[in-house]
Amino acid sequence: MSGEFKPSRLGPQSGEVIDRSATIRFTWDSKVMTGFAGDTIASALMANGVRIVSRSMKYHRPRGYMTADYWDPNGFVQVGDDPNVRSGHRLLEPGMTIDPQNVWPSLDHDVKAANGFVGRFLTAGFYYKTFIRPQRLWPAFEKVLSTFAPGGTVDLDTPHRLHDKRYAHPDVVVAGGGPAGMAAAIAAAEAGARVMLVEHEHHLGGHLLWGSDEDRALAAKMRDAADVAGVEILTDSTVTGRYEDNWVSIVQRNHPLAVERLIKARATSLVVAPGLIERPYVFAGNDKPGVMLSGAVRRMINMYAVKPGSRAVVLTANADGDAAVADLRDVGVEVARVVDARAGENVASANGPGRTVESVTLGDGTSIDCDLLVTAVGWTAPTSLLNMAADRPVYDATAARFFPGGPIDTVLSTGGLTGDGTVEQLVEHGRATGRLAAERSAVAKHRIQAHTARAAPVSGDEPAWPHDLRAALGRDPHPELFRSTTHGIVDFSEDVSSKDLVGAAAEGFDSVELLKRFTTATMGPSQGKLETVNTVAVLAEARGETIEEVGTTVWRPPYAPITLGALAGRIFEPVRVSSIQPWHEANGAVDILAGAWKRPEHYGDPAAEVMNTRTNVGIIDVTPLGKLDLQGPDVPKLLSQLYTNKWMQLPVGSVRYGIMCAEDGVVLDDGVTARLGDEHYLMTTTSSGAATIWEWAENWLQTEHPEWQVHVTPVTTGLCSINIAGPNSRTLLGRLCPDIDLDPDAFPYMHVRTGTVAGVDDCIAWRIGFTGELSYEIHVPSGYGLHVWNALLDAGADLGIKPFGLEAQRIMRLEKGHFIVGQDTDGLTKAPSTGLAPLIKLDKDDFAGKAELGWALDEFASAESKAPRLVAIQPTDPTVVPHEASQIVRAGTNEILGRITSSRMSPTLGRSICLGQVAIDAAAPGTMLTIVLADGTRTTAEVMARHAHFDPEGERLRG
Amino acid sequence: MLLVPCPHCGPRNASDLSYKGESHARPDPNSATAEEWRSYLYMEDNPAGWLRETWYCRSGCRRFFVLERDTATNEFRNPPVPGAKLGGKA
Repeated sequence: MSGEFKPSRLGPQSGEVIDRSATIRFTWDSKVMTGFAGDTIASALMANGVRIVSRSMKYHRPRGYMTADYWDPNGFVQVGDDPNVRSGHRLLEPGMTIDPQNVWPSLDHDVKAANGFVGRFLTAGFYYKTFIRPQRLWPAFEKVLSTFAPGGTVDLDTPHRLHDKRYAHPDVVVAGGGPAGMAAAIAAAEAGARVMLVEHEHHLGGHLLWGSDEDRALAAKMRDAADVAGVEILTDSTVTGRYEDNWVSIVQRNHPLAVERLIKARATSLVVAPGLIERPYVFAGNDKPGVMLSGAVRRMINMYAVKPGSRAVVLTANADGDAAVADLRDVGVEVARVVDARAGENVASANGPGRTVESVTLGDGTSIDCDLLVTAVGWTAPTSLLNMAADRPVYDATAARFFPGGPIDTVLSTGGLTGDGTVEQLVEHGRATGRLAAERSAVAKHRIQAHTARAAPVSGDEPAWPHDLRAALGRDPHPELFRSTTHGIVDFSEDVSSKDLVGAAAEGFDSVELLKRFTTATMGPSQGKLETVNTVAVLAEARGETIEEVGTTVWRPPYAPITLGALAGRIFEPVRVSSIQPWHEANGAVDILAGAWKRPEHYGDPAAEVMNTRTNVGIIDVTPLGKLDLQGPDVPKLLSQLYTNKWMQLPVGSVRYGIMCAEDGVVLDDGVTARLGDEHYLMTTTSSGAATIWEWAENWLQTEHPEWQVHVTPVTTGLCSINIAGPNSRTLLGRLCPDIDLDPDAFPYMHVRTGTVAGVDDCIAWRIGFTGELSYEIHVPSGYGLHVWNALLDAGADLGIKPFGLEAQRIMRLEKGHFIVGQDTDGLTKAPSTGLAPLIKLDKDDFAGKAELGWALDEFASAESKAPRLVAIQPTDPTVVPHEASQIVRAGTNEILGRITSSRMSPTLGRSICLGQVAIDAAAPGTMLTIVLADGTRTTAEVMARHAHFDPEGERLRG
Repeated sequence: MLLVPCPHCGPRNASDLSYKGESHARPDPNSATAEEWRSYLYMEDNPAGWLRETWYCRSGCRRFFVLERDTATNEFRNPPVPGAKLGGKA
């Protein structure tokens, strides 16, 4: 043929979806072009004469549009900073910068196409086999291979864009907005159901859109009817997955504010109506630009008014192929030859010698010049959503496609997926399906309401379960056409040919699941929508079996690839802060995220905060401390059950420390509980254990001892907690607590009082001492937290008051040798290992962990005990602070004896201090340990006699 | 995501609850042998079929309850009478 054909825009077409009054300028490969509103990138490029849009993944073969829709394997482009955009789907926007990807130096002259000449070396498994040895060279291989890898360019400076999430509870979700899907949605809504209709493409109507004028009129009428019926219509949105109990994920791409929105819908019924996906044919040259599927040609002509060729050959096996012939002739494309597969005719190859189709060789050897080869050889049934509901598709050789297997109660299918018919028949099947879905949804809702104690009472008996009385759609006979007499591409996105598949099968990868993984056929961005059936067919041929015997792979979620942005969504991570946080932020606090809480780690110099607290007075906001208000006559029984020590005789006004263990004897939590009144207690837990211990208390009350009368109320955020520590703390608090007698005889260590603090009534104050200093912890209604904090700072100005943060608190705790649950203990640390064996009271009737702790105490006492011991450790070199988790080994060996669990430089002692877990033969006081530091060097350290590095007698604390 | 029929709150996403495992009676800690106790702690029947299991409606009514579930089909049956004594472990 003379001169290369270029596609062009046709005159107005009756079904076009473009707006010719709205011209859009954009660039393609740095060339300025124009299109119209309503164009996809693909239709705009074709209207501008572009035939080659990409290079293939492995061989860099020139590629043009084949399906020209979402699934087109050749249409991936870079749009601005957005890589891997599906140009067959994405709508054209003003000013778009569109570029080809995976090309170098250019689309027309791609030197990587040299791969094509060595194609015979790049067969399936080539990468696995060739680059696997020697392994030391892999980094070099990877560097070279990555420059050949497909995909666009990620711009690391891309601004953050909003991705949103939504939760929905529709009665019926209909996946697919073709005639059957629309009919189902309308019928379900008319039957009273709340319906979401989700369509992958930009317009409702499915194949009606590229059909006759009557088809399009029907689509428009049904669209209006769906609106009137109150159906929520989501276009440009994909049902990406169906999970347990119809938990349906939908990615909405056309949200007005968000780039994408992930909708998690709990549908009572799901109607699956995705239609059919046209299947490519396998023959030599089937990936040459100019080879298109019949649906693509019809969409281009009827919806986008693009002339796809000037002289065409059409291979047709069905009515859609015949319709393509008519459409081509209507717009003045010469149809050089209709190759009718139903009459046994065939196409053997599409030929160059240029980059695009220049001639076609038929099965009988005839060669015909043309610039467009259209194929219509049958369908892939996208049963994905049914597969996700455990349906297994069944192959029907007469109809040459797969069909859904068995019926599922609340997952119904309709439309082309289930059979063939006229538009009227498809609509009628859709309506019946929609009604059934709505009726079943109503029964399911009735059941839920009847079985929910707190729901409104239901009226009437449960309706009978609606049986499936739908008349099935017929199945039109269709010739089985998968591969011609020649070999061609099966997976266009992965560049896998039928020859590769045959070779892989001969190598032993002859089960469809193995073949898929070895060759990567069906594993590209089209996810098998175009490739699966051909892969199965080629394998069946290679094995000399039928498709039925070979079986197919099962489609898992997602139906279409999902961006990471859509999955991440909006950040829903609530952070808790105390009511004092504004002061912290205004006063130089450096925050740390501790569990769900944001709290000050320090205010600039934690060591100075320690020294000020030990010398004068410091205050720390400890609001995150878990707090449970316990009321009722049986609270002592609950406490005895939860803690390992005794609680039946705790006097009013006293505070006691305890540890809690799980039923396996492992330390679960620790803290103090105060008795505020006869039947009123306040329990504190660790900050991270607050939720766990609330649940733990409820567990005992609800399962083992429902007869105990106890109310558990979490008050962690209801009370703002401030610890006042240091020699001046009594003087300070005395200035603010007129009605609490702070005299050490009236208010001794480990006691609690209630009263007024800084004018705030109903505050709780207790004397405890994890910092090792004289200290009071006050709990005030959280609305007054900031007020009390400010009052303390004002009243303590002359006493040297300074706030301190979590880091100073940790240093002071470690100086006192107090272990932290989860830091110095782990998931295997039973209570005796912490050194608190005296707190385990086996003479109690029962408590959580009693059985295991009894055995653990016996084991701990034996000379061969394997249980680790928590000990205080001081490095010989006081300037060395071993990292937490540093290993402790036997001197001169690599035998591990334990590890450092906490370590800090102590400003009080001017030396490094640690806690660590060690084996029994390294636990004796005075033992010299060997610690492996982070840089691999070893240092020595001594095991101390007591956990407390500072003031072991606790004189400061009790004063 | 599995829909769990809380007897008080109605069907809820499984992520609103916490799963406490199979429901077995807690042995007497004073008389149980180590083998009995550890069997209670760690051993599960794990049948393919009907199973009694304990759930905690963490984000809803905060009640513990026992449900029967067919592990092969995820069908639930016999929601408990609220307030009944339940054998469960955390």
